[in-house]
Amino acid sequence: MKQFEYTIQDPLGIHARPAGMLAKLAKSFGDTVVTLSKDGNTVKASQLMKIMAMGIKNGHTITIAAEGPAEDEAIAAMQKFLEENL
Amino acid sequence: MLLLQGKGVSKGVINGPIYFFRRPDTNVNKVHAEDLEAEKARLAEAQAKSIEQLERLAEKCREEAGDEAAVLFETHAMFVEDDDYVETIMDTLADEECNVEFAVQQAGEQFAAMFAAMDDAYMQARAADIRDVTTRILNNLMGVIEGGVDSDVPVILAADDLAPSETLQLDKTKILGFVTAGGSGNSHTAILARTMGIPAICALGDALKPELEGRIAYIDGETGKIALDPDEITLTAFEAKLKKQKELKELLQTMKGQKDVTLDGREMMVYCNIGSPEDVAAVLNNDGQGIGLFRSEFLYLRASDYPTEEEQFQAYKAVASAMGGKRVVIRTLDIGADKQVDYFEMKKEENPALGVRAIRICLNRPEVFRTQLRALYRASAYGKVAIMFPMITSVWEVKECKRACAKVMAELDKEGIPYNADTEIGIMIETPASVFVADALAKEVDFFSVGTNDLTQYTLACDRQANDLGKFFDPHHPAVLRALKMATDAAHAAGIWIGICGELGADLSMLETFLAIGIDELSVSPSSVLPLRAQIRKSIAKTCTLEKLES
Repeated sequence: MKQFEYTIQDPLGIHARPAGMLAKLAKSFGDTVVTLSKDGNTVKASQLMKIMAMGIKNGHTITIAAEGPAEDEAIAAMQKFLEENL
Repeated sequence: MLLLQGKGVSKGVINGPIYFFRRPDTNVNKVHAEDLEAEKARLAEAQAKSIEQLERLAEKCREEAGDEAAVLFETHAMFVEDDDYVETIMDTLADEECNVEFAVQQAGEQFAAMFAAMDDAYMQARAADIRDVTTRILNNLMGVIEGGVDSDVPVILAADDLAPSETLQLDKTKILGFVTAGGSGNSHTAILARTMGIPAICALGDALKPELEGRIAYIDGETGKIALDPDEITLTAFEAKLKKQKELKELLQTMKGQKDVTLDGREMMVYCNIGSPEDVAAVLNNDGQGIGLFRSEFLYLRASDYPTEEEQFQAYKAVASAMGGKRVVIRTLDIGADKQVDYFEMKKEENPALGVRAIRICLNRPEVFRTQLRALYRASAYGKVAIMFPMITSVWEVKECKRACAKVMAELDKEGIPYNADTEIGIMIETPASVFVADALAKEVDFFSVGTNDLTQYTLACDRQANDLGKFFDPHHPAVLRALKMATDAAHAAGIWIGICGELGADLSMLETFLAIGIDELSVSPSSVLPLRAQIRKSIAKTCTLEKLES
């Protein structure tokens, strides 16, 4: 398993649009499972509604983890996405 | 040949196939399902259809309004496929062995409630998105047609009558004209038809049989006649009229860009009445000089819950900026009477036209009023917005409205949100009471606008919705015209302008009387602007008389 931490820069936090894009991306790694955690709560990063329900705001720190055959690729892609969009 | 006779309520002739509006049953009942696999297959089909619709909407939005608006629909498409949402639906299906409609509705409610309970205004507002997506899937499951018309070619839409919320959802590009069994010249179908500039015939009664579906009809919105399988004479007459209509339309195009001024130099402001931001295109196409009545009800009628400040602000801003620096008079919430909205949970009234409606609701529910006023003032930074209050009867009401405005402006100052502090405030003159105290009211506001339908209703004690009052409901009645004169004299004595935003404004036979009374503005359906302009440019104001006020 690989993981990294990221602090949200977007003033709106993780709102609907990036949450949707993030969920779509997280789904694209086949058997590799990508998760998102905040304050001890962990959800699959492909679960759009659950991510939104976490109410992640500007300044919050989240942990992204990936486990499976494509974990390196997934971590790199997620990192890039977060930096560019959130 | 089959001839039907109704009441023509919007002029014009057209021919096309008759299509009956299907009023869907959108009540979801829980039913035991035998074959759960079949239910799942129905869900998959409805999901695919929903996503296809949303992608089309996103594409259309991207072309017309840009990326930001399109993303909303793309997010909706993601909701449709979301794992959690679908899983919840599947769980309900398996546990309850029920129809998929019930499972979808349950899941929608569950997620909407979850978002509504979050302590973040942005996330709370997403509850509406979930409901919207859920409704879309349900509509596709239950075969509800988006836009109301499932036809490749434009049709003549037939119905018993259409409710305001139904007219708003219609795909207007697919409608050539309206024919209804019930309704009257003041019904919402008639108003919509006049806005669109297409023919409408109402009060056809039982003659409008469902068997007519698909038959080619020749309708005349002036005479109220419908012909099916017309004989040669009728057909020739119809075609001649169609040709004349086309020529007249071309002739009226020459009126574009001309001033609304009489031969002796009296200027009239010719504005438009609109019911939603989409109507602005018609205003600009017909060269309207402003908007004299923007009915804000569409925001409330379209929704299943109170529209937010942001939603309202976006709608008002869109209209104000699209009109450039031209005046946009926005009327505050005017529901009650014939326009009911479920979530307001109004008590049933014996006499809704005399009940808690319009400004009375706003003054009773300061929060609803405040939300709308904030949205209006915020929009005032983006164009020439004017605010108009409906159903005024007393000076104290106006004072209370102005206090509410002052409070909102103070809030915006504090929050550093821009607005125009000189936003004009006006009132509707539509009750006899407002005419009797017009001199006192005029001192409080920047303009008057006369709603002739309601003024006629209240002055003559005639229910404007009632079909059989016929000759008794007479907007040309001297009492109504004298009321108009009294209000005009009071307005001018106080140095403010007065307009008419009721249907009477477009009545060309009344133009001379309006000029004689001294009306400053006429706000009419967009399609009436050019004919009215042509008439104004032929008139001589100083020779107009008040003879219609006598007798």
